[in-house]
Amino acid sequence: MSDVNNIMQELQPIFRDVFDDDSIILTNETNASMIEDWDSLSHIRLVVAIEKHFKIKFAFGELQDLKDVGEMAELIRTKLED
Amino acid sequence: MSEIVWPFDCDTLMRKQKSFKRRILERNNNFLTKKIAILGGSTTADIKNLLEIFLLDEGIKPEFYESEYNKFYEDAVFGNPQLEDFKPEIIIIFTSICNIIDQPKITDSDEIFNLKLENEFTKFKNIWKSLNSKFNAVIIQNNFDVPFSQPEGNILMPHSFGRFVNLLNEKFLNYSEQNSGLYIHDLNRLSSQIGLFKWHNRSQYHAYKFAMNYDIFPEVAWSLKKLICAILGRVKKCLVLDLDNTLWGGVIGDDGLNGIKIGHETPEGEAFTEFQNYVKSLKDRGVILAVASKNYEDTAKSGFTHPDSVLKFDDFVSFKANWEPKNLNISQIAKEINIGLDSLVFIDDNPAERAIIKENLPEVSVPEIDPADVSSYIRAIEGNGYFNTVAISDDDIKRTQTYLQNKQRAELENISGNYDEFLKSLDMQAEISSFKEIYFDRITQLTNKSNQFNLTTKRFTLADIKNISSDKNFITVYCRLKDRFGDNGIISLAIGEISGDELKIILWLMSCRVLKRGVENLMLDHLVKAAKLNRCSKLHGYYFPTKKNLMVRDHYKNFGFELLSSDENNNTEWTLNINNYVTKNKFINVTEE
Repeated sequence: MSDVNNIMQELQPIFRDVFDDDSIILTNETNASMIEDWDSLSHIRLVVAIEKHFKIKFAFGELQDLKDVGEMAELIRTKLED
Repeated sequence: MSEIVWPFDCDTLMRKQKSFKRRILERNNNFLTKKIAILGGSTTADIKNLLEIFLLDEGIKPEFYESEYNKFYEDAVFGNPQLEDFKPEIIIIFTSICNIIDQPKITDSDEIFNLKLENEFTKFKNIWKSLNSKFNAVIIQNNFDVPFSQPEGNILMPHSFGRFVNLLNEKFLNYSEQNSGLYIHDLNRLSSQIGLFKWHNRSQYHAYKFAMNYDIFPEVAWSLKKLICAILGRVKKCLVLDLDNTLWGGVIGDDGLNGIKIGHETPEGEAFTEFQNYVKSLKDRGVILAVASKNYEDTAKSGFTHPDSVLKFDDFVSFKANWEPKNLNISQIAKEINIGLDSLVFIDDNPAERAIIKENLPEVSVPEIDPADVSSYIRAIEGNGYFNTVAISDDDIKRTQTYLQNKQRAELENISGNYDEFLKSLDMQAEISSFKEIYFDRITQLTNKSNQFNLTTKRFTLADIKNISSDKNFITVYCRLKDRFGDNGIISLAIGEISGDELKIILWLMSCRVLKRGVENLMLDHLVKAAKLNRCSKLHGYYFPTKKNLMVRDHYKNFGFELLSSDENNNTEWTLNINNYVTKNKFINVTEE
């Protein structure tokens, strides 16, 4: 049922909470270089918050190759369909 | 006025940690700064962030040094210029079961097993010794959590890893008992409390080197925060209790003395007896008890004549049973005992009463409890660490007695009429001298707890007190006061720093239970005497205003000091020439100097 757009809408408040920045507007192309404070430590915080919100689990390797938020949303979509 | 109360939602804290920090910083601007070094054996960044939030919420602003990943041993033993420049006041050795590298095997001989144990212990002993030689800091050492696996099954064999951990933890504890300034943070108990299935997350360890599950980091950081607050003496002093369905089951006004549930006859009575026993044990180690109940006073009092009541009427220093709103009663309790509202914890089964206090007296701590489960009262008290302690002094044990004696003194004061006559009739005896080692714990506690009669509100650690006491450039004074009603214990302290012909009074405090007894006169006499012995001709006083110490604003003025300066924060400095000083004490006999 979930399409990538819906997932993006749910991701936005998670990003805003984790980085404490209400001006964040996610697009498919958003990536770590575009958000200040998105480092390896806040990345873990972000991943765990996403896992909890969608009630999914990422495997170790899965997140390493993602280029941007669009790809992340796509990965979440496939996990939700399983 | 802290906003984070246990139990909290760990997920929200983790996700919104940045906004928590921002909001607390916006709310408050009056912080006590503490330099904290975290020497970690795992990834400690989130532990540090959470500890920061929790401490800020308590009014403590930490500055951090964080070791590189798993460099706790190197930083401590071989030194690190950055750490040395940082000069930590508190050092946390954040190690865990993950840091025991040479684990015992079930097949090891006794000799090998013991050797491994000794090696591991020596490693940590070296850490503590080295840190102690370099820094004037309190050391907090994690003990070891319960291991993730136990291949032997549900039994501890002589050479099980689990037994190894227990023995090692025991060695840590013994060492800390013999070495003041080293505190053991009980990770072992915390891991059991949380539950090992939830505590250990091996995939997170392998991926991120997290020592325990990320989800419970807030519990771990909270536990550290509780220990730090206890070490700094920032804990509550008084437990205010409701009666009906809080200290006994039922409503005494309706059910009568024989109808209330207390004692071993009913399950409900058992639960309240357990809670009363718990409250009694708090009282026995220095927590002051008070009652705020909607009842007729005589009816309320009669509850404590119940043969199964563990608590007795005399256990309470203040007893308010009437039909006034509870916020008025609680304000009066604070006034009567002479402590700040932020030193009170209020336990009441009625959510409406709790809401009234939270709204009208936000400084009072009001934990949420569940009257359907009386043991939740104990969990709420312990979960928030309100009355945590790291040492119990003689004064703690005698505290309730002291406050009750104060009530008698107040009654005598009313009868005497003439205040000088009253002071004379108290037959006061003082012991006044420089700091003695047996009192170091109490002295440290006082410097951290006293807020009202405190000229500089300077806080000291045990290590500071030790150093200052042996430093010839400092003069230290404590005063212990007895009178015909009892021993008040150590009630006043001062520290002076000798600077040329001046004695700079960097600390002067007094416990409010001996206000207006002339102790300050005796203290000044003693300071002048000590100053002259060290060839000083002037005393130099400081007053740094806080929200709480208004009562001593004119302290130096009243003693005839001249105002030297006053800055934009109303910090003032004062001077007194002591060449022609006239002794001020009239009513206190000095028995020991």
